[in-house]
Amino acid sequence: MTVDAVIVGSGPGGSTAADVLTAAGWSVVIVEKGRNHLLDPDDLTRPAADFSNDELKFRARHFLGPDPLVEPRTFRRSEADGDRTVVGEVNSVPSTVGGGGTHADGKVPRFRPDDFRLLDLLGPQPGAEVADWPVGYDELEPYYTEAEWSVGVAGAAGANPFAGPRSAPYPMPPGPPMYGATLSAAAAERLGYHPYPAPTAANSVPYDGRPACNNCGFCSFFGCPIHAKGDPVALLRRALGSGRAELWPESFVSRIRVSGRRATGVDVVGPDGTTRSVGARHVIVAAGAVETPRLLLLSDLDHPLLGRYLMCHFQTLAAGSLPVRTYAERGRAVTHVHDDMIVGDAAARTAAAGAGLPWLRGGMVEHAGAALPVLEAQHYPWGPAHPRLMADSPIRARLWAFIMQGEDLPYAHNRVDLDPSVRDARGFPVARVTYRPGPHELVASEHYGPRLAAILTEMGAEWTSVSTSPGRGNASSPAAVPESRHNMGTVRMGTDPATSVADPTGHLHGVDNVVVADSSVFVTSAGYGPTLTLVALAARAAHLLAGTGPPDPAPARVSPAPG
Amino acid sequence: MPVWLTEDEYRVLAAACDRLIPATAEGPGAVAAGVPDYVDGLLGAFLVDPPRIWAGGPTSGRRGGDAAFTRFHSLSALDELAWRMRIEGSAGHAEREFNGPVVGLQEQVRTGLAGLGADFAAAPAAEQDARLRADPAFTEVLYRHACEGMYGAPEYGGNREGVGWRAIGFEGDVQPRGWTDDEVTAP
Repeated sequence: MTVDAVIVGSGPGGSTAADVLTAAGWSVVIVEKGRNHLLDPDDLTRPAADFSNDELKFRARHFLGPDPLVEPRTFRRSEADGDRTVVGEVNSVPSTVGGGGTHADGKVPRFRPDDFRLLDLLGPQPGAEVADWPVGYDELEPYYTEAEWSVGVAGAAGANPFAGPRSAPYPMPPGPPMYGATLSAAAAERLGYHPYPAPTAANSVPYDGRPACNNCGFCSFFGCPIHAKGDPVALLRRALGSGRAELWPESFVSRIRVSGRRATGVDVVGPDGTTRSVGARHVIVAAGAVETPRLLLLSDLDHPLLGRYLMCHFQTLAAGSLPVRTYAERGRAVTHVHDDMIVGDAAARTAAAGAGLPWLRGGMVEHAGAALPVLEAQHYPWGPAHPRLMADSPIRARLWAFIMQGEDLPYAHNRVDLDPSVRDARGFPVARVTYRPGPHELVASEHYGPRLAAILTEMGAEWTSVSTSPGRGNASSPAAVPESRHNMGTVRMGTDPATSVADPTGHLHGVDNVVVADSSVFVTSAGYGPTLTLVALAARAAHLLAGTGPPDPAPARVSPAPG
Repeated sequence: MPVWLTEDEYRVLAAACDRLIPATAEGPGAVAAGVPDYVDGLLGAFLVDPPRIWAGGPTSGRRGGDAAFTRFHSLSALDELAWRMRIEGSAGHAEREFNGPVVGLQEQVRTGLAGLGADFAAAPAAEQDARLRADPAFTEVLYRHACEGMYGAPEYGGNREGVGWRAIGFEGDVQPRGWTDDEVTAP
């Protein structure tokens, strides 16, 4: 068979491409290596009834995949560590229909105009390859708006004083603020920061045929049982409802077949282990910033920079216990964020100068609590103290925390390549991640960590503690692997084939019909979760491919809703 | 009656769990919560079909809806490979050794329990603790699973009738009811 496009991956990027291309009349096949636990196969407008409020299933037993025993990755901090120091779970984003959208709690901020042009505005950083994006905020803005309306984002336009200009409001108002966040937002404001309701892809009102979120609290790392989270359910439902898209779960694309400057299709290993070839006029790769370079390497689509500039967000966590319960098990996991620590101030400039850096940037700060008792219990020691600690609950029921998604600069030494000997259960080489934070990330974290702790103290915290991920443990500890699942940058986008792997439309340089439609193409990592930006970029790439973009400022493909 | 362990092994397991999460004034301990049954049930997950790996969804019935957690998911071939590797180990099967041999939970627990000694259940508490500390790798595995069995959903065999959750004021799964906006913002 031959289709207009094969799309590799059913996460936010691939689902966006499928939605835009099918709306333009294209026939597509979405190939997803994980299972379908998202959509009822008999009625794609309904949830599959597989998701649930079950900590064991989602946090302990790999329900969303990938299972590290059959689909491991490997990790090392640098070549000096040898071939690898960790085999298993490394920067895993779900391997399931819906991809990373299934487990995310749906915070979907836009980047700001400055984030696309750091080199122009701030200049270079020694050791890093900071570059400007070939696409700016103004060009991306209509696609951001389209993404917010097609996924369904609840937010408050104008609430963030640092935000870029918008051509349309959010389609829904914010959901209810979590109790703990009302305390932390007030404390942050007293200290001069500017918290605002997190733009969230969870319905605050019924929208696009899906119900409002009912605040169950099993959000971050859990699939939504009622499809209140729109990313990428809304996109997939519409694409599949067009009648022009097929979804193939449990199917692994092992190779893109290339002849000269053109891809002719892909090889797909099906659920029964047999391989078949599918012809395609275009191949859209949206497997995430670790699996996408892996597939391109498996396909011999090599480029000296392929896999380089991996960025993950160096996270700084400030935590403390309040004298009261914070009720973080109720609501959307995170309802407030602030951007002050990306924007910077005089103190940040002084800290950078004192460390010999030209500048530094932190990241968006999430106001968050803790909700999961198994995870909590495993952090306490065993023995007679255990029941008392669980009842007193300093690190769950009374915990509050700030998580800064620190902007990783792009370094050539942080990369994805193929592990020389570790294989997945299908027999293919797995992705190896080589990653360590650079001086910029460490200095930014050391500058902002105590300032985050100071907000907790202002809230009345009994104690505070600041840590980072990755931590500073030994190389073979899982703690050496970054907690962040915000993988970006391994197929850098740019105009010059000597310094980038993909062109400004997402096409691989030198290949006419392979388009990368995920966060692999990011040039820098900003300090924001990548989802909305990758959705906007994927929509732009698909519109350009189909000749249908850019969209009108007034969103057309979703029925209007209150907001 | 244990489903996978022998009765002698189960007795040692129960005594060990009771030291990891003992009963106190704050609430019941691991044994009263069924934690040994949780561990034994995981080791014997493949003795039933579908295997007791992933409870069903979307609701448990505790807050409305069907009691769907009791309908465990069927596994795909890849899922089954992963979970047999995790529980049974590679056990000489070539298709489980693509990255070398894997020691499964069954062997880890059986060996660990043997190391605690057949007389473990009758030993004084201080002696039990000393033996647990003498094998930190095994005790870490056991404690990780004890926490799962204490505070995970009751359908997996532990947290009997929700006693683990009740002791810590945790409501457990709440679909389809969820929480009202007032309960979120002004609890």
